[in-house]
Amino acid sequence: MTEAQEISLAPETKQHLFQLALQLGDDLLILGHRLSEWCGHGPYLEEDIALGNIALDCLGEAQNFLALAGELEGRGRTADTLAYFRNEYEFQNCHLVEQPNGDFAMTMARQLFYDLYLSLFLESLQRCSFSPLAGIAEKTLKETRYHLRHAKEWALRLGDGTAESQLRFQAAVDHLWIYTAELSEGSQAHRFLGEQGLVSTPQLIAERWQQLMTEILTEAQLRVPVSTNMIRGGREGKHSEQLGHLLAELQIVARSYPGATW
Amino acid sequence: MVSKEEILKLLEQVRDPEIPLLSVIDMGIIRDVLIENCPDHSDASDTTRVVVKITPTYSGCPAMHLIEEEVLATLHANGFPSVKVEVVLSPAWTTEWLSAAAREKLKASAIAPPAAIENGLVQFPPKKIACPFCNSKKTELRSEFGSTACKSLCFCKECNQPFEYFKSL
Repeated sequence: MTEAQEISLAPETKQHLFQLALQLGDDLLILGHRLSEWCGHGPYLEEDIALGNIALDCLGEAQNFLALAGELEGRGRTADTLAYFRNEYEFQNCHLVEQPNGDFAMTMARQLFYDLYLSLFLESLQRCSFSPLAGIAEKTLKETRYHLRHAKEWALRLGDGTAESQLRFQAAVDHLWIYTAELSEGSQAHRFLGEQGLVSTPQLIAERWQQLMTEILTEAQLRVPVSTNMIRGGREGKHSEQLGHLLAELQIVARSYPGATW
Repeated sequence: MVSKEEILKLLEQVRDPEIPLLSVIDMGIIRDVLIENCPDHSDASDTTRVVVKITPTYSGCPAMHLIEEEVLATLHANGFPSVKVEVVLSPAWTTEWLSAAAREKLKASAIAPPAAIENGLVQFPPKKIACPFCNSKKTELRSEFGSTACKSLCFCKECNQPFEYFKSL
């Protein structure tokens, strides 16, 4: 980020850009960690490698977003300090990404929901007038399109597969649906920046998500769920019990040996 | 003063650690080289500073750090003590930047070179990838991700050979 770009931002805009970069970074860090838990447990070799590769992409993307968040915040925090030295309530990822892997159908349904959301968000964010964020969005979008394509292919194969695979994928879709409202409503930072015209409003993104997700699920012979008890709060640091366990594993080495290098 | 071309020539020695037959120049990873004159440099015998701008192929590519180190090491070894590597993210790396020579080298080592970029988000037109062994287009995609993030796994139904395809990005 150049000094000129930093100076031209109004303090309020800068604060919200920090939040937005942090939220995307946290989503990708936590999702990447979840995917890395599959390493060595994939259903077959190629898929094991695919999950590992997607996890690596997510971690690299998280690093880019978190590094930018640290710069915007201006308190000297790096991508590493943000990832390793914050507590649960300071993470602003959505609930969806912290949900446990479950079976392979659960992991793929989670991926499908999130990748479609992220792709639509990034399509808009890459045109954002704040170029450091637009640059990361552009890079991340290219990779996310492959992740989305991979998840969609699995949705079709499992949804429109055997009775057992369809049952499992439908169960995963039903189980995870309650976490999608948080994506469609957008965070406070997203709403603010949407009003400023820096990125599409959450409503616009949600409409396209709903439409495309309905198309995908229908093609995969799956029902679109109707849920009323939607879960929210991740963007405000309110998480499910799952996140603490994940962070314990993610942060233990860095916290046990602060400043360690290898 | 050294020229940009001379530096680019030296950087041809830096190979992509994941696909060693390609150099970082072939891959389009080197975006620019700047030769700066720094009169206040502590080493009075040489006031030239070389800035190498690189772009990552994939955000999570584990080879990037190694590439950065090897760019530094190669230029240091060739008499440039003051080198800075800058990472640029935009415009994002694309397989369109692979040189024609790179495509030939990929094919010669049984990796199908990347096809044109597709723009779809959810619907992708099926690609017809030519087998690098027999050139047949009777091929199928077996896995979207291969041995590295940048490749997928394909199979040729004509010559019954599995092969890797360098994904278009």
